[in-house]
Amino acid sequence: MTRLARALSRRKALIAYLCVGDPSVEESVALAHACIRAGADVLELGVPFSDPSADGPAIARASQRAIARGGGLDATLRVAEAIRADEPDAGIVLFGYYNPLFVRGERRAVREAAEAGVDALLVVDLPLEESGPLRAAAAEAGMGVVPLLAPTSRDERVVAVRRASAGGGMPFVYYVSLTGVTGSADVDARAAGGRAAALRAELGLPVVVGFGIDSREKALETARAADGVVAGTALVRAIESGADPAARLAAVEKLVRELRAGVDEA
Amino acid sequence: MVVLAQRPGYYGRFGGRFVAETLVPALDELSAAFEQIVRGESFQQEWRSLLASYVGRPTPLGQAHHLAREVDPNGAFLSHLWLKREDLCHTGAHKINNALGQVLLARAMGKSRVIAETGAGQHGVATATACALFGLPCEVYMGAEDVARQAPNVGRMHLLGAKVVPVESGSRTLKDAMNEALRDWVTNVRTTYYCIGSAAGPHPYPEIVATLQSVIGEEARAQCLARGGLPDAAIACVGGGSNAIGLFRAFVQDEGVALFGVEAAGEGVATGKHAATLGAGRVGVLHGSKSYLLCDADGQIQEAHSISAGLDYPGVGPEHAWLKETGRALYLSATDDEALQAVRRVTRTEGILPALETAHAFARIEDVARGLAEDLGRPVSILVGVSGRGDKDLATLLRRLS
Ligand SMILES: Cc1ncc(COP(=O)(O)O)c(C=O)c1O
Repeated sequence: MTRLARALSRRKALIAYLCVGDPSVEESVALAHACIRAGADVLELGVPFSDPSADGPAIARASQRAIARGGGLDATLRVAEAIRADEPDAGIVLFGYYNPLFVRGERRAVREAAEAGVDALLVVDLPLEESGPLRAAAAEAGMGVVPLLAPTSRDERVVAVRRASAGGGMPFVYYVSLTGVTGSADVDARAAGGRAAALRAELGLPVVVGFGIDSREKALETARAADGVVAGTALVRAIESGADPAARLAAVEKLVRELRAGVDEA
Repeated sequence: MVVLAQRPGYYGRFGGRFVAETLVPALDELSAAFEQIVRGESFQQEWRSLLASYVGRPTPLGQAHHLAREVDPNGAFLSHLWLKREDLCHTGAHKINNALGQVLLARAMGKSRVIAETGAGQHGVATATACALFGLPCEVYMGAEDVARQAPNVGRMHLLGAKVVPVESGSRTLKDAMNEALRDWVTNVRTTYYCIGSAAGPHPYPEIVATLQSVIGEEARAQCLARGGLPDAAIACVGGGSNAIGLFRAFVQDEGVALFGVEAAGEGVATGKHAATLGAGRVGVLHGSKSYLLCDADGQIQEAHSISAGLDYPGVGPEHAWLKETGRALYLSATDDEALQAVRRVTRTEGILPALETAHAFARIEDVARGLAEDLGRPVSILVGVSGRGDKDLATLLRRLS
């Protein structure tokens, strides 16, 4: 069993997204540790991208701040390495857009990520049809690639994911809770959780739900049926509104604990 | 030479569909609708009839005698200079050919709302115009920087009943407007048609836009033949590449016709402040397709710079990347200053005020003609795609040329 599979099987999973480099690369390490301390099982380390067209305004702003502070693929890998040194059990997923990986060269990017202790890659603008080269490179390095499914994905796309998963290398599936960008408010948490459960039954893989999970209640509602929930924008907002490092750390810990309580209650 | 796309949605190794999963089914739906509707007879009839009665097609092919003699007083290297007059299209640029076709497609697909991105505002105006004609609500995303420098077009869009949304993120230009349009589309994908304005974006957009703009080259080729023969070269400006691909496609199989695209060199390629994506960029993925783009070693997209808002884009359509790679087309660039001088020259000699975008193509005519004449050992004829008129640029022109 891979580390990520173990992290997802211990309990209903809480996955915390951070935009690495916001507000600084060093602080991202501290914030990531805080997430794990407060109950996150898996970290999604966001590689900031200049043109985050699948993200809402909060993560788009965070990405701009992060790039201005030296964020990017290299910085994210450094942060992964620093976290891995202290956290042998946490799942670490590199989360981002395709261009930084493509420009680095997929094989090299995957190798560097593996060396930094990353368990899997999730690339928001790389649908299954285009992901062949990355999945091949990842398979060589024993690295997972996480596919996404959305409310608009019809049966044939679910079948395509199932076929592709036969070769291994898919630690879990990320179900996008709504048609929209990250941070949208109007998620139907119960329905999204239900869809995740149906997908799990069909795919035989853990299915986690992300987009719009920002409270204990939504975490609870979603996690009733799903294998886990992802919190992203809510954490980014907590960081954005913290006046200094201590305040940001406290806000992130508090939010993660709340979400953890919701997930545990499910 | 046979130049055919190998994989569906790909031009050689360029193109594809690099978008969020949420949009993949919408692109599948669009691909199917494009094949069935746009290639179908009733669509073609309606679109062609509107092109004639509403857009004013066919646009004329004119000969620029005075400009030719100014460039080459003795006729040593430039024999004929032909102008394909897309500036005479309704709304002032080639953009209407595409916008009208896509809005017709949106209507046929039963979409109740149309969104678009725009740089110079020409595509925004064209889309707003088509939406006004068909009674569809229209929202146009436009970088805040472009809202400021293309004010007349913003006013036109308002008059046409469209909502213009200024985009404040990133470089506040075309690429950011496109990000914002994609965000809108991913949110409202079931009801909304996204009308992309250039031959870029995820498959099938580059193919849709190129197909609709091909009317430029089809007409021009027939007009040239009727006036004595094919030109030795065709030249067009390249932003995302829609007017250029629309002109080029008809000539790709004509080996005797050299193809030249002209990108914006801004303040000079060496300064880093430019939009010469094919000339100075690298292969990457932006806005849904794999093509050349301006980005740093970390994969972050760099801001483009050009005096012309319509060329101020760090990407380029995938078919141009492929034409470059196969060597079928050559891509040059012209600086802001060269474009400004070209505007003055074309206006004074021909009484035609070209768009700043178009002026980039005019700026390279002399070099192209000289080079080609040397190769062929005789004066050459050149066809210029006059993509649009410069009324929208008046404020910039008066400021920079006074
Ligand atoms: C007159 C004109 N020409 C050219 C362009 C560049 O676009 P494309 O390269 O798609 O033709 C624009 C874009 O706004 C334009 O308005």
